[in-house]
Amino acid sequence: MTMTERPPRTAPAGPSVGRPIDRVDGPAKTTGAARYSAEYPYPDLTHAALTHATIARGRITGIDTAEADAVPGVLAVITHRNAPAMRPAPSFSMLDLSTFASGTSVNYLGTDEVHWNGQPMAVVVAETRDAALRAAALVRLSYEELPATVDFAGAEKDARPQKNSALQSGGATKGDAEAALAAAPVSVDLRFTTPPHHHNAIEPHSTTAAWDGDRLTVHDGTQNISWLRRHLALRFGVRAQNIRVIAPYVGGAFGGKTMVWAGTLLTVLAARVTGRPVRMMLTREGVYRTVGGRTPSTQRVALGAGRNGRLTALIHTSVTQVGRVGGGPEQVTSQSRHLYDVPNILLQQNLTELDALSNTVMRAPGESIGTFALETAVDELAGELGLDPIEFRMRNEPERNPIDGKRFAHRMLREAYALGAERFGWADRTPRPGSMRDGRWLVGMGVASAYHPSWQFAANVTVRLSADGRVLVRCGFHEMGMGGATAQAQIAADALGVPFEAVRVEYGDSTLPTGPGAGGSGQTASVAASLLTACDKLKGSVLALAGRSRESPLRGRRSSTLEARDGGLWTGPAGESYATILARAGRDSVEAAVGSDTRLGAMTGQLRFMSKFMLDRRRWVKAACGAQFCEVRVDPVTGEVRVSRWTGVFDVGTVINAKTAASQLRGGIVMGIGMALTEETLVDPRSGRIMNPGLAEYHVPVHADIPPLDVHYLDEPDPTMPLGLIGVGEVGITGAAAAIANAVHHATGRRVRDLPITLDKLL
Amino acid sequence: MRPFAYVSAPDVATAVRAIGTEPGAKFIGGGTNLVDLMREGVERPGTVIDITALPLTGVEELPGGGVRIGALVRNAHLAAHRLIRNRYPLLSQAILTGASAQLRNMATAGGNLLQRTRCPYFYDGAAACNKREPGSGCDAMDGFNRNHGVLGVSDSCIATHPSDMCVALAALDAIVEVESVRGVRRVPMAEFHRLPGDTPHLETTLAADELVTAVELPALPVAATSRYRKVRDRASYAFALVSVAAALEVDDGTVTAVRLALGGVAAKPWRAYEAERILLGAPATEESFRRAAAAELAPATGRPQNAFKIELARRTLVETLRQLLTEGSAA
Amino acid sequence: MVEIRMRVNGVSESLDVPPWVSLLDVLREHLGLTGTKRGCDQGACGACTVLVDGERINACLALAVQYTGRDITTIEGVAGGGDPHPLQTAFIRDDGFQCGYCTSGQICSAIGMLAEHGAGSASAVTEHVAATGIALSGAEIRERMSGNLCRCGAYNGIVRAIQDVAESPR
Repeated sequence: MTMTERPPRTAPAGPSVGRPIDRVDGPAKTTGAARYSAEYPYPDLTHAALTHATIARGRITGIDTAEADAVPGVLAVITHRNAPAMRPAPSFSMLDLSTFASGTSVNYLGTDEVHWNGQPMAVVVAETRDAALRAAALVRLSYEELPATVDFAGAEKDARPQKNSALQSGGATKGDAEAALAAAPVSVDLRFTTPPHHHNAIEPHSTTAAWDGDRLTVHDGTQNISWLRRHLALRFGVRAQNIRVIAPYVGGAFGGKTMVWAGTLLTVLAARVTGRPVRMMLTREGVYRTVGGRTPSTQRVALGAGRNGRLTALIHTSVTQVGRVGGGPEQVTSQSRHLYDVPNILLQQNLTELDALSNTVMRAPGESIGTFALETAVDELAGELGLDPIEFRMRNEPERNPIDGKRFAHRMLREAYALGAERFGWADRTPRPGSMRDGRWLVGMGVASAYHPSWQFAANVTVRLSADGRVLVRCGFHEMGMGGATAQAQIAADALGVPFEAVRVEYGDSTLPTGPGAGGSGQTASVAASLLTACDKLKGSVLALAGRSRESPLRGRRSSTLEARDGGLWTGPAGESYATILARAGRDSVEAAVGSDTRLGAMTGQLRFMSKFMLDRRRWVKAACGAQFCEVRVDPVTGEVRVSRWTGVFDVGTVINAKTAASQLRGGIVMGIGMALTEETLVDPRSGRIMNPGLAEYHVPVHADIPPLDVHYLDEPDPTMPLGLIGVGEVGITGAAAAIANAVHHATGRRVRDLPITLDKLL
Repeated sequence: MRPFAYVSAPDVATAVRAIGTEPGAKFIGGGTNLVDLMREGVERPGTVIDITALPLTGVEELPGGGVRIGALVRNAHLAAHRLIRNRYPLLSQAILTGASAQLRNMATAGGNLLQRTRCPYFYDGAAACNKREPGSGCDAMDGFNRNHGVLGVSDSCIATHPSDMCVALAALDAIVEVESVRGVRRVPMAEFHRLPGDTPHLETTLAADELVTAVELPALPVAATSRYRKVRDRASYAFALVSVAAALEVDDGTVTAVRLALGGVAAKPWRAYEAERILLGAPATEESFRRAAAAELAPATGRPQNAFKIELARRTLVETLRQLLTEGSAA
Repeated sequence: MVEIRMRVNGVSESLDVPPWVSLLDVLREHLGLTGTKRGCDQGACGACTVLVDGERINACLALAVQYTGRDITTIEGVAGGGDPHPLQTAFIRDDGFQCGYCTSGQICSAIGMLAEHGAGSASAVTEHVAATGIALSGAEIRERMSGNLCRCGAYNGIVRAIQDVAESPR
């Protein structure tokens, strides 16, 4: 198996940063000691389960709970008839980003209205999980059914253009793309469809909630502790300070644990009703019925080019779905603003509303499915032009951001393609479709560009240096598998000049300084930015302590001349250890903080951050990008497609941990392989009901689907980002499906523009 | 899960007596299908009779060269057994393509015969399903039916039997031995499963009080040259879209013995008698294979989502025979 | 209620449970061994994989009562005498996990898989099922481990870790 090798780096690496250090949570995760949200022991614990609506829209006319009440061990059957009122879900406001966290606008158990097929209409609390599940299945609902719009394909015609917002624009134009398309000597005008997808984190959404008077403790595998805490405070009418959210381990999330969904709210509600701690681990079906997934899409990509291989027109439009009770636009055309130098561009995203559960963010929302359409169309046009698809891309590689002429903070797509082509052996590809074979297998090679914008959020961090040389970093960030604690320890170790082993990182708890959410591939960079500032402050404080003593060789030195290494501060050969400085000053520790969690502090911090962020966005276009190379084998008889080789080269700035970053990139590619070949949520167009709500019928890739994935990164720092790092969580999935579709075309001569590429489409 | 009474039977006589006196009782072996369906509320036995203590775990060679497989032999053990690997490689292969290693370590031979369909409307209590609730209708007809049947289907049901092992057993003319208080019956594999007709809830010819005690494989020299080919969406851990169990003996360019069965296409493992009839004595050529496959699939009827299975079954049948001819046995 | 007795990680356990309680629930809810994970409760993900008398099974589809008298090993019991199991070490070194939720099942499954391979069993990708001395190639490991889903996509690291352990002298 090819393992990741790092090319020589031009950025100065520290002793820790960049190294492939083992995850600090490895021992906990490989011994079963790591506790997830459903695994905290509570005396007197009870268990909850949900009863779901089986119609898409209507009203409850009757609830018969007699059988459920009679199940031994049942403590409460809570329905809209007896549930205490929750406050309504907040609508979105830029002033408080936590308002973004409402999974839906539905006031669960506060209404007899059914808004989607699967909405929870009752929650049962019992002494055991088994009794709760059994009783929940025995709650009988009767309905008055109302007409519902549940079929995305049928509702496509009613789509309306998406309005622009501060965070996302629904469209953009430059020149006259339709006219340029019509005039282009070579063009393609194509329609693509992608189905709904679900995250399918292996840990089903789980919550343990315990009230103590007006104080609440919640264990919940959330991607945003701070949002969850504020959301619960709002819904249950208590002060956020009274709520503690604990989530050190999250068993996979991929966007599915960003919003606050019914399961979390109803566990907290049930705990309040029963006065006992309540745990609810959703069934796998329950996850599908109550947690949103990725929207389906239809997309049009039309491209025009001159015979010289220069693009003259790019049109990318999309239709995606939102629920009437929530969900948002998906930035399907995002990458089409940035990837190609085209004089005439038309982008427009459109939305259609369904009586369905809200769609939600899922790994690279927008770009994952948007790159599928764009990068397949680019491959098709290259074919029409008789050009190698890499050569075609290089002829159209922009110097500045195509849509608005902004500067790229960093862009090395050319280098990614060059290195990828070499490593993958692209030169061995014979261009004609169907021309390559290995025994009975048809072999195909495809490429596509990966693209994901980089984000940064506010993060509060404290760093404490103890006299014994140990360092404690505290920040309420999230660990869903990214290896955040390991990466931040590496950063702190180098910033303070201490060994990696001396740093401990606390995370995943609302008692810690407020961390950023885990989303937008922005967590590592966001924490790093504050951590570096905090370390600078800390060194300043230590220098000040040292300067008080005449004995210190650091006396009178300026912090800008100092180097942190060997457990102390140095200027050339002169310097001394932290231990010496702290001991002389009689201090056990020194601490520095960035950000404040007081109400005023939080608001100021948020405003300061947003203004800086907006300014930054006006100045630069920042993104991770990459080149995905894929080889497939297609059985000529059955049409079975198997991915046989992969090379991905990514431009993700500085890499903090060579091991965990490569794993994240691979993880994205694996999900991209699933998206390309097997994944599809089946929503019955008659009922709006998901018909494959389980892992046996929703096919995520298994071991046998995944060959060794050769993953590289260029490791050139982005000068506008902290330590030069750009997030790696999402870029790996982008372009993956297109690379596969292009490889399938190369193997078979067949273009499949409707995901997933199942064998029936190739027979 | 709905509560049930639990009884562990120490011997076959006790087991079959118990099931006769407990209406709605079910035997449980490996439980891999039954426990899942009980949790889903599809199966609701009042009593569960545990048969895992019964002495039905042997794989024995029979006089004359056949093999007797105890009903409680775990799938993994059966697939790994020397006699099966050498003499009936298609059976080993079929088992190994099914489910996962963990499930194969749990599931039993008898239980595998009694697997129920994976039709999503059968699993979903909110849907109409004639199999789960006779007379309620069939939501699969105009719903998601990409993985449904194309042969032997009826207006009441188009579900498929999900087993791989059974497809091999059908090709091998296995005999299922069943026992009740009335005595022992030997049921040929071809008569064990039923087509849906108007009664899709009746899936086998097993009486409610009968216990599968063994499966016997006849001595079958042709089985030594055999293969099982499973076509599915995922590379592993997925049910078949189409599968083919095939055994072929060719002498001097002529087919002298052939056994064929199809999976994923019908409510029962589909023995391809018509294809066998055409092939026997015919030249062992791709042309013959094509003719046989076309004849076997001639009565097939598809729907927009699953019609591809007809062509896929034809092609897979031809390809598996071609492979047996050119590459030989999977043994 | 039925009485069940089993050895769990070398410790004799005896408890009264209703017959419909799964082995997974006995481990997690009754014995507090939460290292074994619930991912689907349907035998479709492998997160609940444990070893019964050395063989890997899905604890979610196992009625606990049917495992009376058996020897159960969970992730909490795979290490021997204070030293981690070589697979635990290899999973960390080769980054065979991300979120960690499927990890217990992957490791238990890999232990069972190596034993099955050691006993000479074939797999669906073995070219000749009757062969002896089947080499444990990457493809063989991937097929044999396909009952354990990892949504984080740590498959490469997992396979590498297993390969490392399989190839190292014991």
